[in-house]
Order: sequence, then structure tokens, then C-alpha cells
Amino acid sequence: MYEFVRGPLVWIAFIGFFGGLLYRFITMARLARKDKVVYATFDAKYGLRSLLHWVIPFAGVNMRMRPIYTLLSYAFHICVLVTPLFLMGHAVLWQESWGIRWWSLPEGIADIMTLVVVFACIFFIIRRLVRPEVRNVSYPSDFLLALLVMAPFVTGFVAHQQWLPYKPMIIIHGLSGALWLLLIPWTRLVHMMWFPFTRAYMGSEFGSVRHSKDW
Amino acid sequence: MADLQDIQVIDPGVDESIKKLTPERIERTINRVLTEESAARLQIYLDTCVHCGLCAEACQSYISRDGDPDYAPVAKVKDTLWEMVKRKGKVDGEFLHNAARIAFIDCGACRRCSAYCPFGIDISYLIMTVRRILNLLGVVPQYLQDTTNSHAVTMNQMWVQQDDWIDTLMWQEEDAQAELAGTRIPLDKEGAEIMYSIIGPEPKILAQLIANMAIIFKVAGADWTMPSTDGWDNSNMAMYSGDFETMGRVERLHWERAMQLKVKRVVMGECGHAYRGAVYDGPRWLGWTKPPIPMVHAVEYYYELLKSGRIKIARKIEEPVTVQDPCNIVRGRGLHHKLRYVINEICEDFHDMEPRYEHNYCCQAGGGLINCGPPWKLSRMKSNRIKADQIRETGAHTVITPCHNCHSGIEDIIGHYKLGCHVSFISELLVKTIEMPNAGEEA
Repeated sequence: MYEFVRGPLVWIAFIGFFGGLLYRFITMARLARKDKVVYATFDAKYGLRSLLHWVIPFAGVNMRMRPIYTLLSYAFHICVLVTPLFLMGHAVLWQESWGIRWWSLPEGIADIMTLVVVFACIFFIIRRLVRPEVRNVSYPSDFLLALLVMAPFVTGFVAHQQWLPYKPMIIIHGLSGALWLLLIPWTRLVHMMWFPFTRAYMGSEFGSVRHSKDW
Repeated sequence: MADLQDIQVIDPGVDESIKKLTPERIERTINRVLTEESAARLQIYLDTCVHCGLCAEACQSYISRDGDPDYAPVAKVKDTLWEMVKRKGKVDGEFLHNAARIAFIDCGACRRCSAYCPFGIDISYLIMTVRRILNLLGVVPQYLQDTTNSHAVTMNQMWVQQDDWIDTLMWQEEDAQAELAGTRIPLDKEGAEIMYSIIGPEPKILAQLIANMAIIFKVAGADWTMPSTDGWDNSNMAMYSGDFETMGRVERLHWERAMQLKVKRVVMGECGHAYRGAVYDGPRWLGWTKPPIPMVHAVEYYYELLKSGRIKIARKIEEPVTVQDPCNIVRGRGLHHKLRYVINEICEDFHDMEPRYEHNYCCQAGGGLINCGPPWKLSRMKSNRIKADQIRETGAHTVITPCHNCHSGIEDIIGHYKLGCHVSFISELLVKTIEMPNAGEEA
């Protein structure tokens, strides 16, 4: 089992992840041609202007209205993207398998970043339960998605700390990580790919058509 | 939980129409709009929304109803479009009754929430898609449908007949001449610099606004004209009832009339949605990237006249005033700074609302809401308590509203919440304050 997780599953996960995103991207680009206004409206300057205001923390009014949420959300998104890519344990695997060497995070920092992801997910789940406007639009799938994102981080952390037997833990870690990657293109997690496009499109409309700001 | 009183409102345009529907027709219509009329935008917005609820605070109805979760923009999409998608169009009459209330009454398509959604999801577009479905099912509030019918039959919003139109213009020309001798309303003057277009309610119920503008044009020495026949009305309620075919006809005729008159630009009166229809929704439906001739909103035109000194203010208004930023010319055109320049030129004592500019709260009257008529008035009032608070805080005696929907909507709010102030268009203040040439000389 360990060999499967360590070998073929990684390939399956990556191919599924990139293949899935590529497929979604191509079909969406085609669909955008049918939606006649999309390409005609896209504007690089105003699209980037809006995007910039929505990637810089506190650049938008809504972000300033809820500072704690904004901080947590930024911390979460940075950690969730950076940690798996630059974790020392993963770097070793990259090197062993494909001979790719790159910079990795110091262990202590990686631990903290992992915990940030876990606590942020718990915060998001609690927020879903206690804020009426969020609970009202929360489906079971929303909770499952939060747990899915959390799973590889929790299992990886537990395995690394060796609180539980290492091997079974790392197998669960690999499985949950693969599941996460495979599901991204087909669930709301796909927002990681669509965010720049939806934001830039709205920025283009607001900027070039409506001469106003959208942040 | 949505307001019980609102849920119980009976609107024949909605409820009688629902009775005539079959489940097959409902399903077919919904799926047609979702798969054939919509494409990437609908798909990507449905995919991307992570149900975070960050749009809630953007909506005046959510705030005004003490954070009732059913009034958050995302909830309005959930209770309409998401369910239609999830159930693959298999929804019943009760569902449609609620969907109509949500899409036509609870959302003014003001697009404030797009500036609050981190992804920039065009929630107003999603609600307009619901309206489109309801329109194809014939489920539209009766009063709103009546204005759309009027557009379809008369090419104006208020069943104004051709003889009424000419008669009103002549009457207003005479009225204007009583104020300023020599004022004319030139009809069909080919090659004039400006075609002035207005919305249907002006000749019907607010005719003096036409005389006001004639006086302003006269003082400014403008080369202008108005069409004597259909195409003079730039308003478009069909755009909001989801009857995009009629919307397209109205917009095309308006622009064709301007092209026939060979004008250099179209100046339009103080209306917001008409601006949106003429430069945004209309051209898009017709497959144009932009209107064939530049469209200048009244606020922009007043700014131009005041800034260049073509009109001058003789005596400023002294009483405290505030302004309602109309969504379609502020979020929709960025005219907020020009608007304030104009107001500060005309008025001594201007107090701004907070929040303002692109972040101003909607009037809860535009987007076709006020056109849904009396059955829904109480709901509109409940959904905009925050606007009453905003106005009260400014201490203004006059709320300047350079948009017809804002004008009527704010007037309702002032009455309902007993704010004791009144509303005014800019043209009404301008004719009171501008330097008029000596009547004797002119004659």
C-alpha cells in the first residue's frame, strides 16, 4: 500500500489535477465564446487593476470591514498553497523521484503553517455554523470540502510528529492529499483557478464600461 | 426567514400566471435559459461561489432587515437559481412565487455586491437570469409587466400617444417661454449637435422637467433637438422584466432615431436605468460593443456647462442638501465626482451621505422594483431603513436625486419614515439658480 501511495498514486493525482484543470479551462474558454460579451469586455489594464486590489490585504472596503476574517483568510490561502510545495519532507521526495531540488521551508515554520491551515479550516467550519448568513447557504458539501482541505494537513502533521504509527498515517496522508488534488477541478475548490478570471472580468466591466471601482 | 407579509403578497401578474403553467413548461423554460441562453458567466459563477456569505453586508435589504440571512445576496441566488439548477428545472408554483418575489422585489440589480464578493461574481446578472426565466414563463409582477407591454406597443414606458407627445412638448415650450422668452423645443432638427432624450414618465407625470431642460439649453446656447416620433423614450423597463427582445427593440429605435437626426451626441435627462439600458444592456443585446453615438448623462452635461462657464449660478441654494448616488451613473459610470462638483456649484450647504460614491446604498426603487407597484411598496420600505438613517444623519432638507427611480424611491422613504425633507432633480435647482439673460433683450 505504501508503495502505491508513494508511486502510482502521486502520478494519478498530478495527472488528474492538471488534466482536470486543463479540461475545465478549455471547456470554459469555449463556453466564453458563446457568451458573446466576455472576450469583448475583457480589458488587461482594468482586469489587473481589480485583481491587484483583491490580492493585496485590506485594499478593498469589504476586507477592511472584517479585519480578523481577512487576516485569517490570507494566512490560510498562503499556507495552503506554500506549505505542500516547499515542505522539507516533500522536497526530499521531489529529489528522490525526479531529481528536482528546490528550496524548502525550515521545519518549525512548516509546522506553524500547517497548524494555521488546520485552525483556519476549523474557524471556517465554526463560522459556517454560527453566522446565520453563512449557515443559511451552507450545504453538507461545504463542510466536507473544509474537512477535505484539512485532512492532508492534519494527517501529515500527525505523521510527522509520530503521535500515531507512522506508516498507516502517511498512507492516509497520501490518500487524502491525492483525493484533494483530484477533486479540485470538479468542486468549488476550483475557485483557485477561476478567481483571477472572474475578478478580472468584473474589474474590466467596472473599469472600462462603467468607469468606476469594484473594491 | 423571509418576511411573512412579503411572502403573502398576492400579485396577479405572478400568481394568476403561475396557475396557467404546466410542470413541463416550467422545466423546459428553465433548462432552455440555463443551457441555451447562458454560457460561461453563469457556469463560472455557479462553480466559483464558495458560499462564504461575504456579500451579505453589501445589500441594503440585508442590513435594513437586521441581518435576516434570507436577504443576503447569496441567499437570493440560493433560493432561486441554485435550486433551479439543482432540481434541473423541476420546480413548483410555490417556488416560482417566491422566486418572483426575490428576483423582482428583493434585488434592485444595483451591483453593489459585486464589489464585496472577493471573486467579483456578478450576482445581479444571476438575478437577471432568474428574471429572464420568469419572464419567459409569464410570471412578472403585473405593474412591471404593464410598463413592458407599453414599451412593446408604444415604444415608450407610459402609453404616451403620438398626439400627447407633441402636445406635451408644445405645452412645455410655452411654459418655458413664460420663464425665459425665446426658449424653443426644436423638433427633428437634422444635424443638431445634441439629441435630447428623456424617459416616458416625464411627458406623463413630470412634464415641467422638459421645460427646465429647454431653459437650460437656451441659457447655454446649445444646438439641440428632440425627436417628434417614437424613439424619444430612452427608458427601458423591459430590460428589468426580463423581456430582452422588447428591450432590444426599444434601444435600437432610440439609437436609430439619433442616427436619423445625424446628431453628434445624445444628452439624456436625469435617469439612471435609462443610461444603463442605452449604453450597457441594450448594445450588448444588439451585439454592439458600444452605442453608435456618445451618450451623455445630464449630470455630465451640467458639469460641462458649469465648468466651461456656459451657464453660471446667480444665487446658490442655502438650505442643507444631500445627494443619492444613483447606482447606474455612479457604479455604472463613475459620475460621482462630477455630480458633487455640480452640487457644490449650485448649493451652499452640501452634506454627503456615508457610505457614498460606488459604495452608496441602493434606493431600493430602481432595477424595476418601484415599477412593481403598490402591492410591494411596504416591502421596499422595510428593505431600506438604512437609507432613511443615512438621510436623517445628513440633516438635509433636500435630497438631490439625479435619477427618476431614486427620486420616487427616496420620496417614498421620506414619507414612510417621516424624515420631513423632500427630493429634487438637479434641473429643478438649476432653473432656480442660474443666471438668466435679461428677458427683454432676448425677446
